[in-house]
Amino acid sequence: MTDKIVIEALSLTYSDGVESLRNISMGVRENAVTVLFGPAGGGKSTLLRCLNRLNDLTEIRASAGRILIDGENILDPKTDVIALRRKVGMVFARPVVLPMSIRQNLTYGLELAGEKRKSRLDEAVERSLKLAAIWDEIKDRLDDPAIALSGGQQQRVCLARVLALQPEIILLDEPTSGLDPISTGKVEAALLELKKEYTVILVPHSVQQAARAADFAAFFLQGELVEYGEGKSIFTMPKEKRTEDYVTGRFG
Amino acid sequence: MEKTLNWREFVITRLVRASGYSAIVFVALIFFFLLREGLPTFAEVPLSTLFSLRWYPIEDYFGILPLITGSIMVTLGATLVAVPFGIGTAIYISEIAPRWMREILKPMVELLGGLPSVVLGFLGILILSPFLRTFLDLPTGLTAFTGSLLLGGIAVPTVVSIAEDALDSVPRSYREGAWALGATRWQTIWRVTLPAASSGVLTAVMLGVGRTIGETMTVMMVTGNAPVLAITPGSLFSPVRTMTATIAAEMGEVANGSVHYHTLFFIGMVLFIISLIVNVAASSVVFRSKKRAERVLS
Amino acid sequence: MMKHLRLNRHLTERLGFVGLTLMALVTVAPIVAVVIYILAQGVPAISWEFLTGLPRDGMRAGGILPAIVGTFYLTIGTAIFSVPLGIAAAIYLSEYAPENSLTRLIRIAIINLAGIPSVVYGLFGMGLFVLFLKFGTSILAASLTLSIMTLPVIISTAEEALRAVPQSFRTVSISLGGTRWQGIQRIVLPQALPGILTGVILGLERAAGETAPILFTGAAFFLPRLPNSPFDATMALPYHLFVISTQVPEMPPQIQYGTALVLMAFVLGMNLIATTIRSRARARRQW
Repeated sequence: MTDKIVIEALSLTYSDGVESLRNISMGVRENAVTVLFGPAGGGKSTLLRCLNRLNDLTEIRASAGRILIDGENILDPKTDVIALRRKVGMVFARPVVLPMSIRQNLTYGLELAGEKRKSRLDEAVERSLKLAAIWDEIKDRLDDPAIALSGGQQQRVCLARVLALQPEIILLDEPTSGLDPISTGKVEAALLELKKEYTVILVPHSVQQAARAADFAAFFLQGELVEYGEGKSIFTMPKEKRTEDYVTGRFG
Repeated sequence: MEKTLNWREFVITRLVRASGYSAIVFVALIFFFLLREGLPTFAEVPLSTLFSLRWYPIEDYFGILPLITGSIMVTLGATLVAVPFGIGTAIYISEIAPRWMREILKPMVELLGGLPSVVLGFLGILILSPFLRTFLDLPTGLTAFTGSLLLGGIAVPTVVSIAEDALDSVPRSYREGAWALGATRWQTIWRVTLPAASSGVLTAVMLGVGRTIGETMTVMMVTGNAPVLAITPGSLFSPVRTMTATIAAEMGEVANGSVHYHTLFFIGMVLFIISLIVNVAASSVVFRSKKRAERVLS
Repeated sequence: MMKHLRLNRHLTERLGFVGLTLMALVTVAPIVAVVIYILAQGVPAISWEFLTGLPRDGMRAGGILPAIVGTFYLTIGTAIFSVPLGIAAAIYLSEYAPENSLTRLIRIAIINLAGIPSVVYGLFGMGLFVLFLKFGTSILAASLTLSIMTLPVIISTAEEALRAVPQSFRTVSISLGGTRWQGIQRIVLPQALPGILTGVILGLERAAGETAPILFTGAAFFLPRLPNSPFDATMALPYHLFVISTQVPEMPPQIQYGTALVLMAFVLGMNLIATTIRSRARARRQW
């Protein structure tokens, strides 16, 4: 097994002076679920947003370090961010379906990339909906407005929308925070399937979810990477006191 | 594919940005043309003439004081109409009116804002001024007072909509806090809501006044257009002539480049500067209060 | 004592509310009266000949077709210039403009454009378009003048409509490998369209009803034919109403009221369309 992503001494400060990441170094394994967890404001989401350069939209005062994906530094100004974002897909905390039909939501990314062939688009719709484990539920109403779906269905459509682009890495930022337990279970089940083919990085919405899903886990506290290792060991016998306190529920 | 996309993106971004900047260009252009045609007045008309009491261009009397006082008189009168009624209506709509009433009143006020000023001027000539003449027993119904009433009506929609916005944006929790302390709704309006919205209400008043100073057609049609100095309260009920009406009435008949032509542009320049001051002041009130709100919130 | 005070407070409140209600009614009643009165007086004047005929007898008889057509042309001409420019400027302000002093300057400029007296626009249009660029007193010069006057209305309403579209749509579009413009073009603009349209129509409504800016840039006192090029001067409804109510002696009131009615219908019709679009879009919105 190799590291798909290598983060080297990454630091980042937002323009309002908040230091969000402090000297983070870690490798992210291919075909595994890596969980970034910790209390709010720890820098997890910021790190995710660095991985597909979505942080370009935010005002940043200073950043240092490198992020290598397949050996290439994506923080380099010469990086083709459009291609990067197709390769590194993202699912957000709140399901954001675009104001169009389910089908159009799924083909949106491909159409942006210039794909016009209907057969290719239809194929992608079916394949990605199956991967996101929602095909059977909605295959008969693909032309309905996506907003009419339930929250859990919307979130899986959002996941499918990312998968339609055939990315290599999938970032999930608390993807189940607004969902009921049943929908959460469905999304988590889909993730387990996905890691066979993709590199998955998940910011969970609870420690329990972190423990359930993690092959590898990284504990973030106030911009610092406190502990990083195999999921099993971190949640059962953490090395650091601070990790233990958090995992056992003493704070956070 | 990627190449053409980037190229398109580049061109569109530039075009969009240029359009954004165009607003600055237009203001500058307007000011430039007013200066270009208006400044020669200083060379052609002695200051003592310019600030004299007689406007009679045919005989080279270019005293703009009667026009300025005429504008001030009509604006003051209109403000006295528009401010109480505008703010009163805004309070009624935002604080008191039941929902269905609000749904009727708001479009009505918008409708008034959309009525062309010539239509109001036309009705002013045909209905309002004859009525005022007999009712107030005046020699003529075409007076500053008639203009003030109509202009007040024109300024009301501006005042109402901005003041109502301001009242509406006062957080509900302020009102609930006051009610919880036992204040009546009436007390809450005067001691809590209105003070909290004061900067927005001030902006409403200023922009309403700005609207009045610049109004042209209605005043030209109903104020009688007599260029006499209007400084006594009595002159409210006699004919006056405003700066805007003077330009509108005379520009069509002057020779390009004549002294009269330059003087009319000079008046336009004065109007432009007044509106610049009013609007910059009004918008700085908005900006400042916004900043204060941001500080409080963060 | 307490009870007395309470009663007093409630009496004040009651009286105050009645007072404010009366004020609102006094403000609105004349509007209703004006509309009804002009309708009542103007409808008898409306006939096929009045709407489609040329003016005769020094405008004291015949129709007002040239004025109707002229106002129509001026409105279209204004739209041609101000709509693309205004929407583009709104896109810049809502989607691209950084928070800096230049952007603040743009905003101040827009506020100022909105406040400049209409007759000053007339002077400017005459100085720049009629004389300097030598377009002459023409539909072109008048339309350009009206466009600049309309611009701030279109920009500010369109910007508001664009900003109302949730930020998350833009973020999602970018995260799926879209460029900024692709997100604007495919999601933001279509979603903001009804709001933009409302603003555009309200802006054009103002332009259609204005007289002062076209006085010296394109309006003809009397022109008993239809204009046949953008370089022709033209009659226009608001100017025509001004002319027949102040400049022509012994004008039959019927024609005056008829003209006022047509102008009011033109302008308020646009207003009605704009408000309908707005309320429909609000009901149908997917976010």
